[in-house]
Amino acid sequence: MNDTPSPIIQIRNVTKRFGKVAAVDNVSLDIMAGEFFVLLGPSGCGKTTLLRMIAGFELPTEGQILIDGQDMAGIPPNKRPVNMVFQSYAVFPHMSVTDNVGYGLKIAGVGKTEREQRVAEALELVKLGGFGERMPDQMSGGQRQRVALARSLVMRPKVLLLDEPLSALDAKLRAQMQFELSDLQDQVGITFVTVTHDQDEALSMAGRIAVINKGEVAQLASPSDLYEYPANRFVADFVGSVNLFEGKLTLDEPDRAAVDCPGLGKIYLNHGVTGPHGADVWVAIRPEKIYLHVPGEGKAVRAAGMDAPEGHNFARGTIKGMSYLGDVTLFEIKLDSGEMIRVSRPNMSRHDQEDFTWDDKVSMHWRSDSPVVLLS
Amino acid sequence: MAIFRTRAVAPLEYTRKAWMQMWVGATLLFLYAPLIVLMIFSFNDSKRNVVWKGFTFKYYEKALGNDSLVEALTNSLTIAFFATLFSLVLGALAAVMLWRFRFPLKGVVEGSISLPIIVPEICLGVAYLIFFARIDWPTGMAWPLNLSAITIAHITFCFPFVAMVVRSRLASFNKEEEEAAKDLGATEWQTFRDILLPHMKPGLIAGALLAFTLSLDDFVITFFTSGPETITFPVKVYSMVRFSVTPEVNAASTVLIVLTVVLTAIALKMQGVKAIAEVH
Repeated sequence: MNDTPSPIIQIRNVTKRFGKVAAVDNVSLDIMAGEFFVLLGPSGCGKTTLLRMIAGFELPTEGQILIDGQDMAGIPPNKRPVNMVFQSYAVFPHMSVTDNVGYGLKIAGVGKTEREQRVAEALELVKLGGFGERMPDQMSGGQRQRVALARSLVMRPKVLLLDEPLSALDAKLRAQMQFELSDLQDQVGITFVTVTHDQDEALSMAGRIAVINKGEVAQLASPSDLYEYPANRFVADFVGSVNLFEGKLTLDEPDRAAVDCPGLGKIYLNHGVTGPHGADVWVAIRPEKIYLHVPGEGKAVRAAGMDAPEGHNFARGTIKGMSYLGDVTLFEIKLDSGEMIRVSRPNMSRHDQEDFTWDDKVSMHWRSDSPVVLLS
Repeated sequence: MAIFRTRAVAPLEYTRKAWMQMWVGATLLFLYAPLIVLMIFSFNDSKRNVVWKGFTFKYYEKALGNDSLVEALTNSLTIAFFATLFSLVLGALAAVMLWRFRFPLKGVVEGSISLPIIVPEICLGVAYLIFFARIDWPTGMAWPLNLSAITIAHITFCFPFVAMVVRSRLASFNKEEEEAAKDLGATEWQTFRDILLPHMKPGLIAGALLAFTLSLDDFVITFFTSGPETITFPVKVYSMVRFSVTPEVNAASTVLIVLTVVLTAIALKMQGVKAIAEVH
């Protein structure tokens, strides 16, 4: 990898319309050489269309796509320096694994000796050494996916495109493949561009994530920035779980801010927001960043909430729902204002889940750097 | 002793009910008894062929020695061969067109392609007769060109079957495979040859065998399009029956039955029973 990464894919003001509907709406993105880039979004948001435009299966209605500095307009899929792993894997059922992986090389006119060697290397890379003679119908879904990966990697593309690569695998295998894909990308140093609707998948694998909503980029950031500093309500809600409350900005200074939320109470932040005074804003707070305790148990309140002035970052409610997930317990709490809030609490000892139960009155508080104020 | 006691018949287990078994047996008997009798009597050592007189291969020899019968068989096989060849190409192309593309009046095109399957054969026969007479199709050409009219007629009613079998096969094609091939550098033609054609293959084989058998044993349409010089096997058998039903006719029919059954069995095996059941 270069020390100064240069963009391998440049997407410039690309719009794709199907009839009157814009599946992709004026998107501009730079994908850097050697990075693991993820396009994340709900189904129908245009992320797959964007991927297919990079591969050449769809043509942009407007705008330009450059791969390695070269304009891709008018260049068909079979002439582009990218390869794709399809959602269904699209392994050729009538060809052995070796023939599948060697197909692209054969088309490219690579000699038999070199071809055999490169196919063997690629199969080794995806841990399918010795499977060359198998037919696809003798393999599991996970193995077929590895064949599809090897078939693309053997072409040594500049960019590898992956369309929902893990969606067809079961949960355990999916978790394993997330690590393997990251490792593989480290090994081969090829730029990976992955499309997914699964936020866990995106967070665990990506170097950078573009969240796509209704054909537009909602936010482009690293996984932790996306989670901790969402740019808008859509991202906050789509990535992870979040509590959103509407409020008015009452104080906004460089080192502190306050929001008055009718639903939640007075929110104090230890940083500025730079929004117009009195503006309508939303406060987002993640369930795991809220502490839960029995009312009147003052110590805990002070321990974590003392960075806020008296009467801020504090709420009361009644537990209306509970779900024990093993590592954490999720609580649905009805606030005194009538609104619902979600709190998750780690089960750090074997009996933590017994601390609270249905209809218990509880108090909540949070640190003043936990809430995020969103202007849109 | 109770180990081998048979389980009571459940309400929906029709196959284990005596009356149902008898019904199935009777159906099979009515369907196949005439054919079996015909085949048995092809070995009958009797000219009148009414009473069983003894076993002989005599009439098979006689049938094979009958020049006009052999000529009719040769004609039939030649027609079936060319009809199959052209039906295969036309049918496969039609199937790919209907599967791949969207175009105006697609429904009309699709319907009109399958029209020869629906229209009664007698009507087709008359239509071909008038058509070939009207355009003054040359007759009396040298063999095998004199079979061209029949062959053309056969192609028109055979290729829709090929098209339907191949199309039902194409329905199970994963279009991402085609995209994957292109993604790996294949051109349109290479993709067709390496990916789509191998997928179509079972459908093509089944369609070809279907077309071959349909052409081979067609009587009605052939009867209207054949001339004195271009007698086919079924037409010849029909004319023989008009004089007398000798075991020679039985022998000739048995040959046709065996040929048809074997080819159909192969077709069913190649494609799976379902796809062929769908087009009939």
